[in-house]
Amino acid sequence: MNNPQLNKNGELQHLLSTEGLPAPILRAILDRAAEFMGVAEGREIKKVPLLHGKSVFNIFFENSTRTRTTFEIAAKRLSADVVNLNIGSSSTSKGESLLDTVDNLCAMHADMFVVRHSSSGAAHLIARHVAPQIHVINAGDGRHAHPTQGLLDMFTIRHYKKEFHNLRVAIVGDILHSRVARSQIHALTTLGVPEVRVIAPKTLLPSHVEKLGVQVFNDMARGLKDVDVVMMLRLQNERMQGALLPSSQEFFKYYGLTQEKLALAKSDAIVMHPGPMNRGVEIDSSVADGAQSVILPQVTFGIAVRMAVMSMLAGA
Amino acid sequence: MMNIHIKNGRLIDPRNKIDARLDVFIADKRIAAIGQAPQGFVAAQVIDASGLIVIPGLVDAAARLREPGYEYRATLESEMEAAVAGGVTSLSCPPDTDPPLDEPGLVEMLKHRARSLNQARVFPVGALTYGLKGLELTEMIELSEAGCKAFGHADAPLTDTRVLLRAMQYAATFGYRVWLRPQDSFLAKDGVAHDGEVATRLGLPAIPAVAETIALSTMLKLAQETGVTLHVCRISSAAGVELVRAAKREKLPVTCDVSMNHVHLTEMDIGFFDSNCHLAPPLRSLRDRAALRAGLLDGTIDAICSDHSPVDEDAKQLPFAEAEAGATGVELLLPLVLKWAEQDKVPLLDALARVTSNPAQLLGVKTGHLSPGAHADVCIFDPQSAWKIEAAALKSQGKNTPFNGYEMQGRVRHTIVEGHIAFSL
Repeated sequence: MNNPQLNKNGELQHLLSTEGLPAPILRAILDRAAEFMGVAEGREIKKVPLLHGKSVFNIFFENSTRTRTTFEIAAKRLSADVVNLNIGSSSTSKGESLLDTVDNLCAMHADMFVVRHSSSGAAHLIARHVAPQIHVINAGDGRHAHPTQGLLDMFTIRHYKKEFHNLRVAIVGDILHSRVARSQIHALTTLGVPEVRVIAPKTLLPSHVEKLGVQVFNDMARGLKDVDVVMMLRLQNERMQGALLPSSQEFFKYYGLTQEKLALAKSDAIVMHPGPMNRGVEIDSSVADGAQSVILPQVTFGIAVRMAVMSMLAGA
Repeated sequence: MMNIHIKNGRLIDPRNKIDARLDVFIADKRIAAIGQAPQGFVAAQVIDASGLIVIPGLVDAAARLREPGYEYRATLESEMEAAVAGGVTSLSCPPDTDPPLDEPGLVEMLKHRARSLNQARVFPVGALTYGLKGLELTEMIELSEAGCKAFGHADAPLTDTRVLLRAMQYAATFGYRVWLRPQDSFLAKDGVAHDGEVATRLGLPAIPAVAETIALSTMLKLAQETGVTLHVCRISSAAGVELVRAAKREKLPVTCDVSMNHVHLTEMDIGFFDSNCHLAPPLRSLRDRAALRAGLLDGTIDAICSDHSPVDEDAKQLPFAEAEAGATGVELLLPLVLKWAEQDKVPLLDALARVTSNPAQLLGVKTGHLSPGAHADVCIFDPQSAWKIEAAALKSQGKNTPFNGYEMQGRVRHTIVEGHIAFSL
């Protein structure tokens, strides 16, 4: 089976998942992102012409403000033409199939698709379908992957911790439904983090999750002990239905990140969250806004990382 | 009808335990004799089967023909042509048509349409409950008179155990077989893949093996209670095989089939979201597949079916979870059984019993063997012929096969149904 993300020269053709990408490619994306950090900071004109004349289509079959906006900003800083489509409220409700929508946009000479969809594998389906000169970036597919989020988290970790090989990282919360967690896990293990932990009640852990190369903890206190990085996940409100959790209060009491629990981690541990946060559900405000929080820098880094991915895909 | 003489072939007839170089003589739609020509036999046609294997026409315990109601996916014409191209001369179709097979008129029409095409024989499984809704019993006597050989629920949920108990009691009263696929609908809700490593990696909503074993335990208990003859359809898990094995040990009147997809594939074949591997039940782990194969070897599993489910391309060109479940495959049943026999070193006589005499027996039909006097339903295949599966070349209207590109050995040369040649390559 060919790796659908690489072309025959081993270069990045699509970004669909952090799984299956070799470490040198992940590092190259992070290095490129570091170069782009300068574009926004301390420059009069926040633009480089690398994607000048290219058309980037943000096709979002699922609502998102933050991710779509950061992709839009990233593409514009690369001087691309950006078209945003919220398909959730247009074509599919008229009965048009996913691939028909894509074909129509291809006919408008799209160069790159940024896709978000509620079904796992949607980005793979599109990548398999489009002509070879078109690139697909997965901006989140079901529970499967959200690779640019995973990469921006790696950028954040490298920014604060410099290295990966000496870290202990804990991912906390709804692992079962989280595409972010899966992308983080694959990126962390590929980049050589020796100890990746997941912390959650059994109802929020997928079966055989240990086969992804993580250690499983149900106990928050034991899981957080001596970690360098705490990555919190968003808990969707609908998890209270379907008998996954009794209440958000009980979840917060046991798995919510408070100052007391954070004190179990290393004193210089950083706290991350992919947003949007539910304060008082998975994270206490004092932690979210505290000295160890790097949640807002994550957002800033996200733009540089997305610029890096887009420019590398375009071969620019 | 013309007399046919099949000469020089290797005859394998599992029910009669024959594996020998014997000629077959067909007269008046029936097997006239094996070995020596009957007195005064004059062949109108001679088929030279040198180097070929002559077997009873295959009996497929599960093939969806999509009529009535889903003609955009397949028609009787297309699927019967596919069946005979695969050497299948009898097939049983589940009741999940639209409307479901819950009225004698529908069954009669289906039988009539099938007969008029004069290809494979169709044995419909009638709906156990009205509309497959799991609430009211169908008129099983009427349906049986119309041609239903068994009663089942296809993939529709039958959650009310009291309805299930009564359906079994009623069926047992008249000696009807009940065919059920075990799956707890609560545990399987929204699931599209086996609850294992692959579903976890790909983020696919999962169906645990316990969804099968819970439903299976329930139906085995109720079968024991009611004395009904139970056929377990499309078993998929190691634990499920063990439950059937234990039930058989206790002499319960239970039989069991597995789909050829599950004999050959596992969750790993989903790869990067190949929607052709979106099947019901889901493809499970390597361990489960090994247990299914062990169950075939020790007789826990009686039959291998194609679970033929042609799906139109639009319904498969979707993200994995949204794609329609099912794979086409009636014309791949024989080569995939041969492949299994070769891999697991099963003698052809035993392997072919799983697609001829055994399914005929659990369906309660008279085909699936070549005794003198039997219906002349014959499949003649070339065991040496190597070929590659190309989805586009399949006769079925559904091109959705997970086996596209597989190298096969063994290809059907002639299919005879009721004494006439329905297919020749």
